[in-house]
Amino acid sequence: MRESIIRLEGATKRFPLPEGGTITALDAIDLDVARNEFLTLLGPSGCGKTTLLHVISGFVQLDQGKILIDGDDMGTTPPHKRPVNTVFQNYALFPHMSVGDNVGYSLDIAHVGKAERVKRVGEALDLVGLGGYAARMPRQLSGGQQQRVALARAIIARPKLLLLDEPLSALDRNLRQAMQIELKNLQAELGISFIFVTHDQEEALTMSNRVAVLNGGVIQQIDTPRNTYNYPANAFVASFVGASNLFDGEVRRDGDKIVITTPENDTVEAVLRDERSLNGGGKLTAMLRPEQFSLSGTGGADNCAEIDVTVDQIVFIGSTYELLGKTAGGRQINALLSASHQTRIGEIEQSGKARLSYDPAAVHLIPADDAGAAQ
Amino acid sequence: MSALTLRARQRLQLAGLLGPVTVFLGIFFLTPLVIMLIYSFLAPGLYGGVVWEFYPHNFGRILGFADPAFEYFDPVYFQIFLNSLRIALTTVVITLLVCYPAAFQIARLPERWKTFCLFLITLPFFASLIVRLFIWVLILKQTGFINQTLMSLGLISEPLDLIYTEGAILLGLVYIFIPFMFLPVYASVEKIDWTLVRASQDLGANGIQTFWRVILPLTLPGILGGSILVFIPSLGNFVVPAVLGGAKVLMLGNLIEQQFLAARNWPFGAALAMLVMAAVLVLLFLYVRFESKSGDDAPLLN
Ligand SMILES: Nc1ncnc2c1ncn2[C@@H]1O[C@H](COP(=O)(O)OP(=O)(O)O)[C@@H](O)[C@H]1O
Ligand SMILES: [Mg+2]
Repeated sequence: MRESIIRLEGATKRFPLPEGGTITALDAIDLDVARNEFLTLLGPSGCGKTTLLHVISGFVQLDQGKILIDGDDMGTTPPHKRPVNTVFQNYALFPHMSVGDNVGYSLDIAHVGKAERVKRVGEALDLVGLGGYAARMPRQLSGGQQQRVALARAIIARPKLLLLDEPLSALDRNLRQAMQIELKNLQAELGISFIFVTHDQEEALTMSNRVAVLNGGVIQQIDTPRNTYNYPANAFVASFVGASNLFDGEVRRDGDKIVITTPENDTVEAVLRDERSLNGGGKLTAMLRPEQFSLSGTGGADNCAEIDVTVDQIVFIGSTYELLGKTAGGRQINALLSASHQTRIGEIEQSGKARLSYDPAAVHLIPADDAGAAQ
Repeated sequence: MSALTLRARQRLQLAGLLGPVTVFLGIFFLTPLVIMLIYSFLAPGLYGGVVWEFYPHNFGRILGFADPAFEYFDPVYFQIFLNSLRIALTTVVITLLVCYPAAFQIARLPERWKTFCLFLITLPFFASLIVRLFIWVLILKQTGFINQTLMSLGLISEPLDLIYTEGAILLGLVYIFIPFMFLPVYASVEKIDWTLVRASQDLGANGIQTFWRVILPLTLPGILGGSILVFIPSLGNFVVPAVLGGAKVLMLGNLIEQQFLAARNWPFGAALAMLVMAAVLVLLFLYVRFESKSGDDAPLLN
């Protein structure tokens, strides 16, 4: 059985706006994080990610709903009494303390003896690859090193849950990728549950056990990275997590297939697996990922469907070409094409027209209701 | 083109900018100081003026090695020195106790109110210091506002001794120097990064622990700066004790003034002034030492 470390039930938070009225930063959030789970909160800026972390760490009080940490109702428990630690967005290292004093701060507060403290600070710094840095001051460290110090400081007291608020967003790309792997390993090693906040979907997909996609204070979907990418629950998730081509329209049956016709008269073929999704009055949104397209006649399944596009631009990315174009109805199309068809791509660039094929069985269908709600 | 190299031109510019200030300070600040220093080691003339011979006993009168043939060591001078030191320190403590919490309150206000409060705090500078002190005389004197009010309310039958006390001097000093404490303290409080306070609480520290370990150290530069700005002019202050202390409570400033104007003993007055300056310099030295230790050294890595 899954052991729940933290559980939110109907968590709602509103902030007053300076010009009057309120903004709902969190809207009836239900969340359950298991022991040893790496959960990522993914969403655009201003969607309520930081607020959600503050609710868990105790800096923001809920208007409605409940929060339980390891089974205990937190109610109005102040931050310093919660078994949760945070890695802050801007690291928040104490500038007047050495690295060692920063890392050992929580032990010092808990009256851990000096010898024990020095030992554990050394271990925590070793763990993040900064052994021997205890005597430095934070300002003498690079951004990446400060990040590690903040991490060591947050894990030294072995909290039940570690909150990380966009910890990697200030690092450059290479360092960020290295830290992603390190964080993941660290989490496995420590056995602490992580709630990791990011607005970078790639980061979310590579690191997490589960991803919670947040928008406008509402959880849009909680699922494994694969399911979130392959089977987005609504149009928002489809377009926020990875690139996608969306076709919303009326559904018509055609034997064992169905055809979706957009208002602009583009058509997409798909296979209907779940009759219930037609309850929205015969409307659906079909999603095709860019990599699901290929050039017609370059092989692939024989039961392929096809779509004609006019080409705006072909961008060489290295392993693939990215085709940007429009359907006859004027809908934007984004397709990733294999670089092994160099000559065909040359022809397409010349003619400005391409015929793309895709597998109708791989088209993901989003119920119309949810697609509308997410806009 | 000009024959001057860039470097030479920069030097010339620097000299042009700093020159006038240097000359001004040299003539009007350093010269009197040097004269005072020299005078403090000369013998007083019998009818005022100085006798040009080396005479360390001016300091002796204060510190205990007076010239027995001429003057006596009198502990009263050292007493006044200590007294002034105590009054100046008390002023620092009181202004700090008033300004520190106020700075936090004002830093939390919306921008418009902040500006307004800062304006209010600098407002007294617009009126003459003497006028403001005499208003305190009107308030505190035997037939003044406070005594009259209390008597008409029947709370007291005899007027209280409010004016010409050490308390009145403290009140006056605190009143004058509050802006000097407030502005540096406020500047450091405004700058506090509140995520550091959050971080401290997140790591298990309660409010009191967070104050001692994070907030106080972060605002210490402002506290020290304000303390220096209040302590130095309080120690040598002479207007406030003259107006609110009357003849009863003497501070160093009044003592020095008496030596120059009433006793016409310039060397002794100069020696007293030099002692005040020495005390201030020791303090400033300690402050600079602290500042350079806690200040930003160049980052070793980047
Ligand atoms: N203390 C606050 N007072 C008023 N509004 C706030 C406060 N904190 C956050 N908000 C608002 O709540 C929403 C969510 O903010 P936040 O949780 O910081 O988003 P994110 O971290 O996802 O970028 C934003 O619209 C923000 O303006
Ligand atoms: Mg945020």
